[in-house]
Amino acid sequence: MNGNGTARNGFALTAKDLKTDQEVRWCPGCGDYAILAAVQSFLPELGIPKENLAFVSGIGCSSRFPYYMDTYGIHGIHGRAPAIATGLAVSRPDLSVWVVTGDGDALSIGGNHLIHTLRRNVNLKILLFNNRIYGLTKGQYSPTSEFGKITKTSPLGSVDYPFNPLSLAIGAGATFAARTLATDRAHMTQVLRAAAAHQGTAFIEIYQNCEIFNDRAFELFTKPDTRAEWTIPLEAGQPLRFGPDRRSAVVRRTDGLGLEVRRDGADDADVVVHDPGAEDPTYAFALSRIGDDDARHTPIGVFRDVTMPTFEELMTEQVATPEEASHADLEKLFAGNDSWYVGANGLHNTDG
Amino acid sequence: MPITSLTVRALDGLDITRKEGERAKNMFALGLLSWMFHRPVEPTYEYLNKKFAKKPVIAEANTLAFKAGYNYGETTEAFAVSYEVAPAHLPEGRYRSLSGNVATSYGLLAGARRAGLQLFVGSYPITPATDILHDLVRHKRFGVKTFQAEDEIAGVCSAIGASFGGAMAVTTTSGPGLSLKTEALGLAVSLEVPLVVVDVQRGGPSTGLPTKTEQADLMQAMFGRNGEAPLAVVAARSPSDCFDTAIEAVRIATAYRTPVIMLTDGNLANGSEPWRVPSLDELPDLTVHFATEPNGENGEFLPYLRDPETLARPWAIPGTPGLEHRIGGLEKLDKVGTVSHDPDNHDFMVRTRAAKIAAIERTIPPLDVDDPPGPDGSTANTLILGWGSSYGPVAAAVRRMRRMGVQVARAHLRHLNPMPSNTGDVLRRYDKVIVPELNLGQLAQLLRARYLVDVVSYTQVRGLPFRADELVDTLKEVISR
Repeated sequence: MNGNGTARNGFALTAKDLKTDQEVRWCPGCGDYAILAAVQSFLPELGIPKENLAFVSGIGCSSRFPYYMDTYGIHGIHGRAPAIATGLAVSRPDLSVWVVTGDGDALSIGGNHLIHTLRRNVNLKILLFNNRIYGLTKGQYSPTSEFGKITKTSPLGSVDYPFNPLSLAIGAGATFAARTLATDRAHMTQVLRAAAAHQGTAFIEIYQNCEIFNDRAFELFTKPDTRAEWTIPLEAGQPLRFGPDRRSAVVRRTDGLGLEVRRDGADDADVVVHDPGAEDPTYAFALSRIGDDDARHTPIGVFRDVTMPTFEELMTEQVATPEEASHADLEKLFAGNDSWYVGANGLHNTDG
Repeated sequence: MPITSLTVRALDGLDITRKEGERAKNMFALGLLSWMFHRPVEPTYEYLNKKFAKKPVIAEANTLAFKAGYNYGETTEAFAVSYEVAPAHLPEGRYRSLSGNVATSYGLLAGARRAGLQLFVGSYPITPATDILHDLVRHKRFGVKTFQAEDEIAGVCSAIGASFGGAMAVTTTSGPGLSLKTEALGLAVSLEVPLVVVDVQRGGPSTGLPTKTEQADLMQAMFGRNGEAPLAVVAARSPSDCFDTAIEAVRIATAYRTPVIMLTDGNLANGSEPWRVPSLDELPDLTVHFATEPNGENGEFLPYLRDPETLARPWAIPGTPGLEHRIGGLEKLDKVGTVSHDPDNHDFMVRTRAAKIAAIERTIPPLDVDDPPGPDGSTANTLILGWGSSYGPVAAAVRRMRRMGVQVARAHLRHLNPMPSNTGDVLRRYDKVIVPELNLGQLAQLLRARYLVDVVSYTQVRGLPFRADELVDTLKEVISR
C-alpha cells in the first residue's frame, strides 16, 4: 500500500501521474480540456492514492473523461453513470468515486438516477459539464437549451422549457450544490476542493463551452466587460453584492417569497449574507432561481453545503463487516427452525 | 359446500365476532383436506397454538374449524374417495421445506460465501421476483448489501458497479424488468464482469400475467441485446433446485467474468418442496483470485489478456496499486483494453466473446438421459426433453407411460447457453423428440437451428404449469404418429 498521496515511485502524486497515454479526442477549443487539466492538477492535493480513485461516466463528449484519467474508471451507458457509481461506492466505501456527465446524459436520459442519487446522499462527486447542447450527436437541443433555441432538431425554435440544474439538484435534496465555469481555473479548483471535502453527494454544474455546436453560450459570464455585471460570486459569510461597482445586490423579495436582484443601491441591512450551510434548502433554491426574472443573473460558487449521514455510512452500519460475515453460520440459516431428519432407511423421522 | 356457514356454526358459543369466525374458514378447508389425504393433524394444532399464543380464543376457533372440516369429510361421505400418500423415500439427511425464491436467495448466499465475495444485490420490486429481495434483506449479518434501486436499470447498473468493485453482484427481476436491463447487460458483456441476473419468468408480453407462470423469456435471455452479446443462461427445474442453479450461476459468472441469466418462473418461485439441507463443505469451491500484479511483458497491466483455458479476463479491483485501468462499452483493443475501432480487432473480439461463452461447455456435465432398457433390452424411440419448471410434470408423465408399458426416454436441460456438449448426439439418437414448453416453442426453435433436428414442439401459454395427464396424451399421440 502506498502512503497517502504518493505515486508508486515514492514521489508525491502529480498531475502528470494522472494522465493516460490516450490521445484526448475532444474538438480543439472544447471547454472539456480545461476541466480535465483542473481535475488532474488539483486531485493530488487530496492525498488519495490513485488506485483508490474511480471515475465513472455515461455517454456524451464529457463521458470520455475517464479514458484520460490514469485511475480506475468505467465508461458506462447513456445516463446510467450515477447508478453504476452508486453500486461501486456502496460496495467499496473506501474509494473516492467521481461521476462525469453532461446536460443530456444527466438531465435527460439519466434524470431519474441523478435525482435518486442526490436524495440518498451517496458519497459521489458529480461533475455535470453543461454546454446546453447535444455535442456528440452533432447539435440537437438539450434539457438545458434555452426556450426557442434553433438547432438541427428544432429548426423553428425549441418549445421545451429548460431545466435549471441547480434548482433540480437542490430540489432533489442535494447536500452540496455548486456552479462554476470551465474558463475560470481558479474558481473551478476552489469548487472542486470544496466538493471533495464534502461527505455525501456533491453536485457541480460546470458551464462549458461547445465551440462547434453552441459557441459563446456563456460568453456573458466569461468576457471581462460583462462578467462582473451578470455573475453573482457566492462566498460564505459575505453579503451578496456584485456588479462592476458592487452596486447590485441580492435582497429578499418584498412579498417574502424568495430572493431578487436590486440593481441600485440596496441598503446593507437588506443585502442577503450568503450561508451555504443553511439547513433549510429554501434559501439555496431561491438563490438558484435568482435569474428567473432576468435569466442573465447567474450565481457562481457553492450554493449549498450541509452535512448529513451518507448512504454508505447508513448502510454499512446495518450490514456485518466481511470479517463478521465470514463467521456467520450459514448452515444454521439453511436448516431453519422447522426441519426434520430422514434416516438411512429413507423414511421420515420427525425430530423437530 | 357452504364452508362459511359450516365454519360459523362450528364456532357457535365462542366469544368472537361473526367476522372473526368467518376468517377461520381456511382451517375448515384444511381440516377437510387433511381427512381426504390422511394427513396427521397434530402439527396443525401445534402450529395454531403457537401462532395464536397471545389470543387463545382465536387459536381455539381455528382448531375447532379445522376439526369441523375434518369431521365433515369423515361423516358426510360427500367425497367418494380419500387418498393415502405414502412417505417419500429420500436420501438420508436433514430436510426442510423451501420455496423457489428463498432457495434462490440461499443459493446466492452460498455461492458468494464459497467464492469468498461480498454479496451485493441491486434490485427493483417486481412480481414474482420480489420475495428474493425480501429474503436477502434479512441476511445482513452475512454481509449482504442490498440496494433497492430507483428502477430496473439502476438495479442492474448498480450491480455492474459493485462487480467492478469486487463484489458478487446480483440483480433480480421478472420479464418486463429484464427488458429494461437489456442495454446494461450488453455493457456487462462488453466489460466482461461477473454478474448474476435472476429472471423469475411470468406471463407476457408487457405486464401480461404478473402472478402466473410462463417460460417465454428464453429468447429474451439468449438474444435480447443489441449486437452480438452472448451470455450464459441456466434454468432451475424445481423449487429446491433454485439453490443449486444459483450456485452454478455464481460459478459461471465468476469463473468466466460474464453475466449469467438464471431463469426460474412464477411456479417455481412460489412453489415449495422438501430440500435436503447441505453442509457448506459439500458445495463447490468457487474461490476467486483477483489480479494483484501487472500481467504484461513490460510490467504493464493488460485488462483483456485472457486465461487460455476459460478465456476469462483478469478481475482487477480498485484499490490495487499498479492495475489502474479504464473499461467501457466501446469496443476494446484485444489484451490492452483501450478503445479500438479497428475492423479486424472488432471481428476478433466479437468472436472471442462468443468463444468464451462456448468454452463454458467444457465445465458442464453432459445431458443425462433417463431411458431404462425394457425386458428385451430395447430402449425408447421417443425422447421428451424439458427445461425449467416442466421437470416435475414431465417426470410424472413419463412414469405413467412406463406403468402403461410404453417406453419413453426423458432428459432435462439446466444449461441453455451453452448447452451440454452431447445435446446434438442425444437428439439424433431418437426417432422423435418432444419438447414441451410454456411458450410458443422457443427451445424447440433453438434446437432445430443449432442441431438440425426436427423436434416436436408441444406448447401451452395458459399461465399454468403443465399437467402430467396432458403430457401423457401428447406423448401417446406423438408416439402413435
